[in-house]
Amino acid sequence: MSLLRLAGVNTYYGEIHILQNLTLDVGEGELVSLLGGNASGKSTTLKTILGLVRPRTGAVEFAGEDVTQRATSYRIARGIAIVPENRRLFAPMTVLENLEMGAYLNRDGKGRKEDFERVYTLFPFLHERRHQLAGTLSGGEQQMVAMGRALMSHPKLLLMDEPSMGLAPILVERSFEIIQQVHQAGVAMLVVEQNANMALSIADRGYVLATGRLVLEGPAKQLLEDEGLRKAYLGR
Amino acid sequence: MNLRLVRGRTADVLFYAGIAAVVALLLKEALTNPGHWSLFFQLAVDGVTLGSVYALIAIGYSMVYGILKLLNFAHGDVYMVGAFIGYGILTLFGGAANWTIPVWLLVALMFGASMLGSGFLGVVIERFAYRPLRDAPRLAPLISALGVSFFLQNSALLLLGAQFRAYPFGLIGQGGVSIRTVFISATRIFVIAGAVVLMIVLTVFVRRSRLGKAMRATSYDREAAMMMGIDADRVIASTFFIGSALAGAAGVMFGLVFTEIFHFMGFTAGLKGFTAAVVGGIGSIPGAMLGGLLIGLGEAYATGYVSSTYQDLIVFSILIFVILVRPSGLLGTAAVQKV
Ligand SMILES: Nc1ncnc2c1ncn2[C@@H]1O[C@H](COP(=O)(O)OP(=O)(O)OP(=O)(O)O)[C@@H](O)[C@H]1O
Ligand SMILES: [Mg+2]
Repeated sequence: MSLLRLAGVNTYYGEIHILQNLTLDVGEGELVSLLGGNASGKSTTLKTILGLVRPRTGAVEFAGEDVTQRATSYRIARGIAIVPENRRLFAPMTVLENLEMGAYLNRDGKGRKEDFERVYTLFPFLHERRHQLAGTLSGGEQQMVAMGRALMSHPKLLLMDEPSMGLAPILVERSFEIIQQVHQAGVAMLVVEQNANMALSIADRGYVLATGRLVLEGPAKQLLEDEGLRKAYLGR
Repeated sequence: MNLRLVRGRTADVLFYAGIAAVVALLLKEALTNPGHWSLFFQLAVDGVTLGSVYALIAIGYSMVYGILKLLNFAHGDVYMVGAFIGYGILTLFGGAANWTIPVWLLVALMFGASMLGSGFLGVVIERFAYRPLRDAPRLAPLISALGVSFFLQNSALLLLGAQFRAYPFGLIGQGGVSIRTVFISATRIFVIAGAVVLMIVLTVFVRRSRLGKAMRATSYDREAAMMMGIDADRVIASTFFIGSALAGAAGVMFGLVFTEIFHFMGFTAGLKGFTAAVVGGIGSIPGAMLGGLLIGLGEAYATGYVSSTYQDLIVFSILIFVILVRPSGLLGTAAVQKV
C-alpha cells in the first residue's frame, strides 16, 4: 500500500489551472523523484501535498487516510516534512531555534534529546554552529540546517524541493549522499529536481511533469535510458 | 521601503547632527530655565512615565505589523477600551471615592480584567475585521482597521457618553519619593515599574517560549512556518491577544497617572504609539520600547520647555526627521529583500 497518493488532483492559482489531473504515489520507504522544467508545477505539487494550496478536485491521501480537507499542521503531525525550495530558513533565528521549529509539533518534547542527537550525528556542523544566526551561514551550510530541521520531526515522508539548487557540484554530491543515507534509514522521499541524472541515479521511481501534466513515469533505471525524457524538458 | 529622500552619508551626518542639536537644546534649556536641573529631571520623570505608556502601545503596533504587515489603526481604541474596563472594575467595587476591597486587590483586578478584556477584543477584531481580508490587497485591511477604530470610538460614545470619567487621584498611594528637589509619586513609580516588568516578561517570552519562537518564525516567513506545522492563524491570534493586552494595561496605567479618560483618548495615544513604533523601527519589539521612551521624553520636554501647544508638533517632527534619515527606524533592520 502506498504511503502518499495524489488521485486526479487539479490545483489552481486563482483561475490559472496549474496541476492537471495529477495522479502519483510514493510507497513506504520508497525514493521517488519528480522532474520537470521551470514552472512545470513541481513546487505546486509539494504545496498541494502539504495543504498549503487546496486542489479544486481530486484527493490527497496519506498513510491510508484522506487528508484533502485537513490543515497543513495536521498532515505534518501525521509524518510529512519538507525541505523547501530556497531552504526558507528563519534567518534571524539561530540554528538551534531553526531545528526547534522543525520539532514544533512535538509538544511535550518527548524524545527531543534523541532527535537532536540524531540530527547532530548526521550533521556535526550544526552542533558546532548551533548558536549562529541561520541567515549568516553559507548556502551549503544552510542546506544542512534545512535538512536537519526537516528531520527533527522524524517524518515518514520527506519532501525535498530542488536540494541541489545553488550548490557547488561537490556539495550537490554530498547532498545526495545524505538523501540516500536518510532513505536507507527507512524514510520515504519525494525529491523534486531539475538535475534529472543525479535525481534518477538514486531514485527507485520517477515522474516527469510538463506544464502541470505528467508526461512520463516509471522505474528510475528505465527513465534514465528514456529518449523522451530529454524531449519532455525541451518540448515543454 | 526604497523611498529615501536623503541617502547614505548625508543621512548619517543629518542623523548625528540631529541628535547633537537635540542634546544641545536640552542642555541650554536645562541651564537657563528657572529651577535648572530640578525641572530637567522632573520633566524626565514625566517623560519616562508617558514613555512607558507609549512603549506598551507601540509594542502591539509593532508586533502586529511584524506578523501581518498591517497598521492596526484600531489599536489605540483597544487601549481606550482597556482604560474603561479598569474604570468599570473600579465602579463595580464601590467607585472612585470609596472602594470596598483592599487597594492591591482592586488594582490587580483592574489590570487583570483590562488585559484579558482588551486581549480578547484584539482577537475578535483580528478574527472578523482582518482575517477575511488576509489575501486582499494591502489597502483593504487598512480601511477595515479605520472602520473598527470608528466603531469602537462611537460605541464607547454611545454607551458611556462624551464626558470624562475620572480614576481616583493617588489610588496607589498619595506619597512618593523625593530625590533632592525631584518628586516621583508612588503612582509613577508603580506605572514605570509595571511597564518594565511587562516588557521584561514579554522579551523573555518571545525569546524563549515555544509560542514566542513560533511568532518570530511566522513574522519572518509565514509559509515556511506553516511548513513546520505551525498553525499561523493561532499564532496571529496570540499576537493580537498579547499586543492588545499590553495596550489594555497601558490604558489603566494612563488612568492611574492622569486620571481622566474619555472615548476619544485612543486616537492621540494610538498616533503616538504608532509614531513610537516607527521611530524605533516597526516590527522590532526593543525598537518599540525605545521609540516609546523617546516620544514620551520628547513630549515632556516640549511641554516643559516650549509649550504644551507645540508638544504634538514636536513629537511628529521627530517622526518626520527619523523617517527622513533612518527610514527603517532606530533599531529596525533594513528591509531585507526576500527572494
Ligand atoms: N502563489 C502563486 N500564485 C499564482 N501563480 C503561481 C503561484 N505559485 C506558482 N504559480 C505559478 O504556477 C506555475 C507552477 O509553479 P511552480 O512553482 O509549481 O513551478 P516549479 O515546477 O516548482 O518551477 P521551478 O522549477 O522554477 O521551481 C508557474 O507558472 C507559477 O508562475
Ligand atoms: Mg519550484
